[in-house]
Amino acid sequence: MTTLARSFRRRFLGRSTEADRAVRDTEQPVATSHDEQAPVDIAPNDPLLAYLQSASGAVNVEALALDSPALAELKAAGVKLAVPLVSQGELIGVLNLGPRRSEQDYSTDDRKLLDNLAAQAAPALRVGQLVRQQQAEAATRQRFEQELEVARLIQQNFLPKQLPELAGWQVAAYYRPAREVGGDFYDVIPLPDDRIGFVIGDVTDKGVPAALVMAATRSVLRASAQRLVDPGAVLERVNEHLCPDMPEKMFVTCLYGVLEPTTGHFRFANAGHDLPYVKTADGSVELRARGMPLGLMPGMFYEEKEAVLAPGESLLLHSDGVVEAHDPEGAMFGFPRLKEAVARYPGGGELIDRVLTDLREHTGTTAEQEDDITMVTLARSPSAAHPTIGVGPTHQLVEFEVPSAEGNERLALQRVSAIVTPLGLDQARLKRLETAVGEATMNAMEHGNGYRVDQPVTVRVLTEANLVRVQITDLGGGAPERETEEPDIEAKLAGLQRPRGWGLFLIKNMVDEAHETSDGAEHTLELVMHLDDVSAVPDEGGEQ
Amino acid sequence: MTTSDVTMPVRRRDGAAVIDLQGDVNGRAEHSLNAAWEEATRTTPDAVVLNFETAGYINSTGIALIVGLLAMARARGISIRAYGLTPHYREIFEITRLADFLAINPDEDSAVRGAEGATHA
Repeated sequence: MTTLARSFRRRFLGRSTEADRAVRDTEQPVATSHDEQAPVDIAPNDPLLAYLQSASGAVNVEALALDSPALAELKAAGVKLAVPLVSQGELIGVLNLGPRRSEQDYSTDDRKLLDNLAAQAAPALRVGQLVRQQQAEAATRQRFEQELEVARLIQQNFLPKQLPELAGWQVAAYYRPAREVGGDFYDVIPLPDDRIGFVIGDVTDKGVPAALVMAATRSVLRASAQRLVDPGAVLERVNEHLCPDMPEKMFVTCLYGVLEPTTGHFRFANAGHDLPYVKTADGSVELRARGMPLGLMPGMFYEEKEAVLAPGESLLLHSDGVVEAHDPEGAMFGFPRLKEAVARYPGGGELIDRVLTDLREHTGTTAEQEDDITMVTLARSPSAAHPTIGVGPTHQLVEFEVPSAEGNERLALQRVSAIVTPLGLDQARLKRLETAVGEATMNAMEHGNGYRVDQPVTVRVLTEANLVRVQITDLGGGAPERETEEPDIEAKLAGLQRPRGWGLFLIKNMVDEAHETSDGAEHTLELVMHLDDVSAVPDEGGEQ
Repeated sequence: MTTSDVTMPVRRRDGAAVIDLQGDVNGRAEHSLNAAWEEATRTTPDAVVLNFETAGYINSTGIALIVGLLAMARARGISIRAYGLTPHYREIFEITRLADFLAINPDEDSAVRGAEGATHA
């Protein structure tokens, strides 16, 4: 008896898997003999499949009449009997038999014997198929885990081994890759003149490809940062280097900033990365700068911005693994919650710890981390202002902008108050300065910028020997002179003056000096308070 | 930042109407302060007492609102008294000479009674 037994290809049943392909790839032709035939493929839509699936036993091929290419092929190959191998209702193979060597027809006993054989062989064959399938899946998993390990090694090898120790600053970082390693990275780059470059980035994609792009980005960025001063120019250079070789559908988001530790100046550019947050006395603010991700297209421009981290303020750089972490119901942690956390918690390493605690509460302690999580914080010590007092030239403590919108003078006065408080101004004089800053900001927003929110008021706080200067600048330098009329309450009560018009009067009476300057474009009001003048107003311990 | 108007309650006590200023006294307080004034002077009181104990930030627009109240009070012959001012705002009331036209009292009792402890009658 000649046997042409082969399991046919499972793809015909529409259940092809990676493991199945692996099985097929490892299949070798059955040892050949002169009367052994090649296996016959049966197309998934061939009616022979359905027939064999429902057949109760061995099928007489010659007697079968179906419009079936596979049946024609079987007949041409000389197959006389086809014995379906069915396991748990699924056709998993067919035992094809040629003519008996005795040249007699198959008897009823032969067919019963073959049916019994098929009934016992089918489960065994199925077990064999499953074992091979599982072996192939295990091999695939092992290859995958090996690749992930390689990706982890690449990424961790390129992260900073230690963080800088800066006088008056606390620098902290946290990096935890997801199981399927993403493309997060951060870096700290020592630069000339005691400046420090800070980088945070995220490569699209995961695993080895993302790790390789990350490594390339980091290397180019490090080299560019040493040659170029401006963060925007550095990102432009990196973009030009990455574009030609960037794999399709991959790109890198990246924020690069340069910190001057002695002044708190942080100049930065952003290639599409999540916006950093600065913790201020009033809460938290985003640092915005425009720019496309790296590696998408050449010739990109990266806007540069500068912030000044005042004593007590801190900066958080973060990756999207934080804000895009989901809770069990599918809700994201989100930017507003992170921004609120920055405002509420202390800065530095404690901020990172608190955010991680919030994240665990959000996602649940047993949830697998979805994406890499990276955070870097720069926190300036609250006492860092003291050494600058009375040591010579003017020293800028902070510069910030306030959108021209009603009520925003409160933001300005509160932030200035927080900056000036450590300088030792007594409580009563601090309240006077707050009122003057509030009035000056209000005037700038109204008379200078016409309450247009896209025209912000700029506030700078500077110190020099024993005095503090607050400069409030608007864009109304070409506007006519403001509030020239001295307010007279009797004239106001008599209806001879309008009730308003107290702003400049209050300002001049609240501070030691007030100077106005205009250059045709900008108008600046400078408020001066002497730090050693305690005679003007006795400290009555007053509160607003 | 001031975000919304607040209601300023009016209480009557011993012939005086007491307005409890709530929150920031600035441009956004205009509507609620004028409404409180209308309520306080619906029947002419002996005096209107401004309670600043619960007031927050007062800016120059808030000063102008109080000047407006003083002008209305003068037109109707109603006296205005104040209490609850912090030393800082008391200083501002003096610099602007608001204190020349309303009496600043140390507490509500003296403000309602009038004159006692006031800087100006």
